[in-house]
Amino acid sequence: MSDWPAALTALSLAEARDGLARREFSARELTENYIAVVEVVRPLNAFITETPDQALAMAKAADERLARAEGRPLDGIPIAVKDLFCTKGVLTTAGSHILDGFHPPYESTVTEKLWQAGAVMLGKANLDEFAMGSSSTTSYYGPVENPWRRRPNGRAGDNRPVVAGGSSGGSAAAVAAHAAMAATGTDTGGSIRQPASFCGIVGLKPTYGRCSRWGVVAYASSLDHPGPMTRTVRDAAIMLRAMAGHDLKDSTSAPLPVPDYEAGLTGEIRGMRIGVPREYRVEQMPGEIEALWQQGVDWLREAGADPVEISLPHTKYALPAYYIIAPAEASSNLARYDGVRFGLRVGAASLDEMYELTRAAGFGAEVRRRVLIGTFVLSAGYYDAYYLKAQRVRALVARDFAKAFEEVDAILVPTAPSAAFAIGDNTDDSIAMYLNDVFTVPANLAGLPAISVPAGLSADGLPLGLQIIGRAFDEEGILRVAQVLESAAEFRHLPAFIAGKT
Amino acid sequence: MLIKGRTGEWETVIGLEVHAQIVSEAKLFSGAATAFGAEPNTQVSPVDAAFPGMLPVINRHCVEQAVKTGLGLDAEVNFVSVFDRKNYFYPDLPAGYQISQYLQPVVGHGRVVLDMPDGRTREIGITRLHLEQDAGKSLHDQHPNLTFVDLNRAGIGLMEIVSEPDLRSAEEAGLYLRKLRSILRYLGTCDGNMEEGSLRCDANVSVRRPGEPYGTRCEIKNLNSVRYVMQAIAYEAQRQIELIEEGGQVVQQTRLFDVGRGVTRPMRSKEEAHDYRYFPDPDLLPLVLDPAWVEQLRAGLPELPDTKKARFISSLGLSPDDATVLVAEQATALFFEQVATGRDPKMAANWVTGDLFAALNRLGIGIEQSPVSPSQLGGLIDLIADGTISGRLAKDVFVEMIATGADPATIVENKGLRQVTDEGAIAAAVDAVLAAQVDKVAEYRSGRDKLYGFFVGQVMRATQGKANPTLVNDLLKKKLTG
Repeated sequence: MSDWPAALTALSLAEARDGLARREFSARELTENYIAVVEVVRPLNAFITETPDQALAMAKAADERLARAEGRPLDGIPIAVKDLFCTKGVLTTAGSHILDGFHPPYESTVTEKLWQAGAVMLGKANLDEFAMGSSSTTSYYGPVENPWRRRPNGRAGDNRPVVAGGSSGGSAAAVAAHAAMAATGTDTGGSIRQPASFCGIVGLKPTYGRCSRWGVVAYASSLDHPGPMTRTVRDAAIMLRAMAGHDLKDSTSAPLPVPDYEAGLTGEIRGMRIGVPREYRVEQMPGEIEALWQQGVDWLREAGADPVEISLPHTKYALPAYYIIAPAEASSNLARYDGVRFGLRVGAASLDEMYELTRAAGFGAEVRRRVLIGTFVLSAGYYDAYYLKAQRVRALVARDFAKAFEEVDAILVPTAPSAAFAIGDNTDDSIAMYLNDVFTVPANLAGLPAISVPAGLSADGLPLGLQIIGRAFDEEGILRVAQVLESAAEFRHLPAFIAGKT
Repeated sequence: MLIKGRTGEWETVIGLEVHAQIVSEAKLFSGAATAFGAEPNTQVSPVDAAFPGMLPVINRHCVEQAVKTGLGLDAEVNFVSVFDRKNYFYPDLPAGYQISQYLQPVVGHGRVVLDMPDGRTREIGITRLHLEQDAGKSLHDQHPNLTFVDLNRAGIGLMEIVSEPDLRSAEEAGLYLRKLRSILRYLGTCDGNMEEGSLRCDANVSVRRPGEPYGTRCEIKNLNSVRYVMQAIAYEAQRQIELIEEGGQVVQQTRLFDVGRGVTRPMRSKEEAHDYRYFPDPDLLPLVLDPAWVEQLRAGLPELPDTKKARFISSLGLSPDDATVLVAEQATALFFEQVATGRDPKMAANWVTGDLFAALNRLGIGIEQSPVSPSQLGGLIDLIADGTISGRLAKDVFVEMIATGADPATIVENKGLRQVTDEGAIAAAVDAVLAAQVDKVAEYRSGRDKLYGFFVGQVMRATQGKANPTLVNDLLKKKLTG
């Protein structure tokens, strides 16, 4: 494919934005290129719905504004939307059979803001069903394949496709394969950062309340965080500014102004105190991840920051607490999928039977498991021992962070305890699957901003990310540190499956 | 009040849970309209229908209404309260949970004072008042084998007002409901319309021997008139007494009142009871009230029935009975006060509770639709007071006012009903009567006192009832004895 028009899709969002502003190419050209790549990467199953006609119409409108020099911050930038965001008139599935044929009569706040900023919608990205998963293999529409493959190393190599991570795996795969310039994701226990780490891209989970949840299909309301997934830290800063802001329609949205995050990328972190929590040195952690983490500490020290060992004593309780609170909320949030008003209905003679058949047919195994767990932990007689105790743990985890941030300005940890694993692995062992979230869950429980940056490759050539966690609403701080890390890491590797390569 | 059973006396113990629909243009957590009687599913937002990704936002006005109600019930207002989800599946509950308040309601302990028939008062404790969403309506009668759902009501704001188990008879329960409704209507926080379902009641009923601990209770659901509440409680108490006296045991259960047959029957037992899995709604922050705002609301409260009644008795000199009747409805109290201003309050009260109530009753209308305005009724009282017409003629004038809506002065003028106070004219009439009834005058003077009334009647007839009765009396007596 020597004539593959890879040049445009290889640009970062910031570069494309500047090129569009200078009229070096049109939004239409850029979008057409992306539409072509979206078709090429279909084997990755990154998209559930492609929206090329809509994309071209949006690109046309962007070109008209650019021609009038009325360009908006994201004019003509083609992006993918996790299929958890409701998009007006466009099939929205949450990766679930139960939302068959659901075309929302409204647009989520975050995507509405992106369209207002001029972004172009390429399609709806695949995900774990209802965002429940760490592998993007629980989707009714089939698993997402990571564009990265293990490096053939002469040995009897395992060349099976690997997972993109999850739940925002379609978004991550699309951005990594250059099938989207950026994407929206949501992060409930790591669903932006872990797939970003697995796919070698940047994933930012903002502070709880920074990006509105209105119009985002709920998984666990107190833990769901919409955020951007991009190829560079700068792009994440640009996307976040467009996505963030107070929304009166979301009672948990923060009434705070949105800074110019891109302007905050000064590259200057001298004197910043970076916390390195000893509790994240978990037993089973592979040596290469431990080494990468140390490398990250060194890079930041070399840039003038001051690494400090800190303690977050309740870290080990975070994962179990998460796997009580999230299913509890989910069991209630998913009660509305009853076959009465929208989506799938399996008819039956009685009401109870209709509920049972509809939900049995509509929900996959992982969703059913979490609904059952959640129903159990909220039941009379178990509430105090499970849900209430988990909420206490959550408060302690948040207090750990609050104490730490009296001493440090940001915290550096690995994003995930491993690189991407083969599709099919971990699927019959829920606990092993849940352990993927061990480093990401604490920031969700505490509602703190956290970002994953690609920092290196595993021995078999898969990307590994490092994570920076910051103070509440200090996205500027973690973006600045992340960019320094990004520069130091000089992560220039490209996945096996990408536009321009075969 | 005790009930006599076969084996002795029994006391009924009742607590009421009242669901009062909040007077508000918009729903509790969405902007959809709340008007009663709209076409099915025309007042439903995606939030009310629990579409994916939709989020609730609390309606400030509904909170204000709940706080005002709390203040009107002399209750504690909780500056921090929490919304919880009550989880259960039903087609008219779109989200699969109702947003309610469980452990931390917006209003705590308060009280309602009952005006007992014997003139005493009795205080009934309020346990709590909390905010919650109404459900939609399942329509089972639209299709032979399908149920239709109307979500117009889904999400409308309700105040659940829970009483202590302080009520001791069906009659007290009726008094409590009427008083509560009166307070809510004064406050403008619930229209109290039970026919339209704006006020619904669940009754917890148990019986016990006087002085013994509480018995096992049954809850009777969804009673939608004061009469049904009273009937259901009376039936249920009797049922429980008979059951126990026959050696049985009351089983805790939820029952329904069969309006047609006047009996309660089981809906579900404790074993089948839902596990509602309450937990704090993560879509909503705790409701935090500014104490200054609450004080502002308190300062703006209208005068409530108890205070008004006390004032009517102490400053206006009304009897407790009249005062109780006049304050029950705010519109009546207002009407009365407008009539009474600058006039004899007792006379105003008599006219309002007597002739006016009778006329409105006959017409089947409320005081708001009265064909006679307060100023017109006041005008009529003025005409009596200044002697223009007699009290007896005033009754005729009032009937005419009800029929035509005309001013009393106009009626008096047009019909020539002005009282004759000209002593000469009355004297002439008296003379004429006495001259025409020479025999009767002789009989009277010989001791038949009873004939006096006959002479009065003759004089009044001669003057078409317009003669001032006092003057007639004076002159008749003088001339008959003289």
